[in-house]
Amino acid sequence: MDKNKHSAYWRANLKLMAFCLSIWFLSSFGFGILFVDQLNMIRIGGIKLGFWFAQQGSIYIFVLLIFFYAWQINRIERKYDVHED
Amino acid sequence: MSLQILTYITVGLSFALYIGIAIWSRAQDTGEFYIAGKSVSPLANGMPTAADWMSASSFISMAGLIAFMGYDGSVYLMGFTGGYVLLALLLAPYLRKFGEFTVPAFIAERYYSKIARIVAVICLLFISFTYVAGQMRGVGIVFSRFLEVDVTTGLLIGMGVVFIYAVLGGMKGITYTQVAQYCVLIFAYTVPAVFIAIQLTGNYIPQFAFGGEIIGSEVKLLDKLDDIVTSLGFNKYTSGSKSRIDVFCITMALMVGTAGLPHVIVRFFTVPRVRDARLSAGYALLFIAILYTAAPVVGSMARFNLINTFQADEVGSIDGNLKYEERPDWVKTWEKTGLVGFEDKNGDGRVQYYDDTNESFMPIAEKYGWQGNEIIFDNDIMVLANPEIANLPDWVIALVAAGGIAAALSTAAGLLLVISAAVSYDLIKCIFAPNISDKQELIISRVAAAFAISVAGYLGFDPPGFINQVVAFAFGLAASSLFPAIFLGIFFKRVNREGAIAGMLSGLIFTYFYIEYFKGLFFKWAGAPWGINNAEQWFLGISPEGIGVIGMCVNFTVAIIVSYFTSPTPNHVQKMVEQLRVPRHF
Repeated sequence: MDKNKHSAYWRANLKLMAFCLSIWFLSSFGFGILFVDQLNMIRIGGIKLGFWFAQQGSIYIFVLLIFFYAWQINRIERKYDVHED
Repeated sequence: MSLQILTYITVGLSFALYIGIAIWSRAQDTGEFYIAGKSVSPLANGMPTAADWMSASSFISMAGLIAFMGYDGSVYLMGFTGGYVLLALLLAPYLRKFGEFTVPAFIAERYYSKIARIVAVICLLFISFTYVAGQMRGVGIVFSRFLEVDVTTGLLIGMGVVFIYAVLGGMKGITYTQVAQYCVLIFAYTVPAVFIAIQLTGNYIPQFAFGGEIIGSEVKLLDKLDDIVTSLGFNKYTSGSKSRIDVFCITMALMVGTAGLPHVIVRFFTVPRVRDARLSAGYALLFIAILYTAAPVVGSMARFNLINTFQADEVGSIDGNLKYEERPDWVKTWEKTGLVGFEDKNGDGRVQYYDDTNESFMPIAEKYGWQGNEIIFDNDIMVLANPEIANLPDWVIALVAAGGIAAALSTAAGLLLVISAAVSYDLIKCIFAPNISDKQELIISRVAAAFAISVAGYLGFDPPGFINQVVAFAFGLAASSLFPAIFLGIFFKRVNREGAIAGMLSGLIFTYFYIEYFKGLFFKWAGAPWGINNAEQWFLGISPEGIGVIGMCVNFTVAIIVSYFTSPTPNHVQKMVEQLRVPRHF
């Protein structure tokens, strides 16, 4: 019983991780590096968008992403009853 | 009051503060020395982690490199922050659950082997020594400027200060001191940024000044910058000159390296609960982001002001260039350190600053009567010189000095602590002499720290690159050695002792020799670097700064293949891995 609960929790965790990491990859390597030229055609607030992602935007997203993960994983832990205390 | 005296007072006051805190909370037993007895809340842990993290490289070097590299400088911005996502998601909570003191201790348990522990210590020493070397260079530059001595003397003074400072207290001292250091360094970074942002764009928040218009014109800061740099033959500021694959690899190596840096990872051993480890990483990155989102703005404004100093008027007209006789005071003071140099190549008594390596610009330069770029700056001085270039009040300049020293000291201290713990605890106590007393262990750890400072000082005399580049090598080493071993340890039960050891060694050796071959690190006395450092010679066009990614792939591949050809991981270790994946004890 415990074992099932644990592996179900682990699978849910991996899924959440995969989601968060794809955003992590997209906002930095995607927008900031691989598609930077395409995004630079668009301007927002006086800055070329690709350049902005590479120098500022990705950092804002990283911060939000960690707090989002921490919030979601706490919910998942409770759902599968594996949280601390 | 003169700038010199003001600087002494500001730096002196900040020092009194740190040392006061260190003495007040001096470590009493070894447990406290290493990890402050697991009693630090996530928010309170965030600040010291951020201070630990933001070193001379973030504070002094980064904005300067960005100023000169433009878009290419993004590798540092994304690379030094994105790793926290990996840390929070992939490593920190599990290592906290595991609940050991040090990184080699985790490797030893997970891979049930003393040899694995020794290999981990070797990796850790390579990483930390390289990193400390970058810091010492930073410390040297700060001291040389503000005591107005040459870089070598500055370095020696810096070594002494770091030694006294780091060997005095343990982690607990450092944890509270670092809260103070964070406050000093973020204040010192933000104040000049705000001033210059107001001067140039009228915007009070530097982060938002990035897209702002230059006062008195309708032109955006970045567009204006693109215009003037190209008119002097430089690359467009908003697009780079590095190849895409290199930018990709450097960014990746820095991110993964962040997550594999021992002195960062140990920070997450000090929080009370698993979920605090994740939050802690979030807060740390939040505190770091305050500086990192200001840095690109500081970089662009610094470049703008710098060019305007030398190219005050129309490019090509004789009066456009500054007369050397009329050069501002900051140029004179930095000339004394040897980090700014002027040579009047065309003998017109004026300063020409342009890109003389750009072939398509050569005919234009010739038409202007220019015979080569005449002024050379060490990129690492930009942040320190920035307030002077912008004519800010003296107290701001003094504050920046204090901030730079805080940044370099906090990181150097954190690194020295990791080095001394690895030697005294992981090597001596756990392997070679289990019976030594706590007191002897403390002595050994202090000797190890002293030794590390000497080696770092030696490397700092003749560094293989700017602070940030040296630091990037440390990250590459971390990405290729420790990160895969820890990651596989948590996520792949099948990876066993043999696999992990073979993986760490192959990753480390590959990356280390690639860097040594092209840049020269510890083997300068033996004639390194041996290779010519340019894109045609590089493997797949990847520079030594980015090669850690390939090292990481080597590590992963070797570890997995070797594991499948050797006996499976023992049952009790598999159970341990299952245990550490779940927050609650069972």
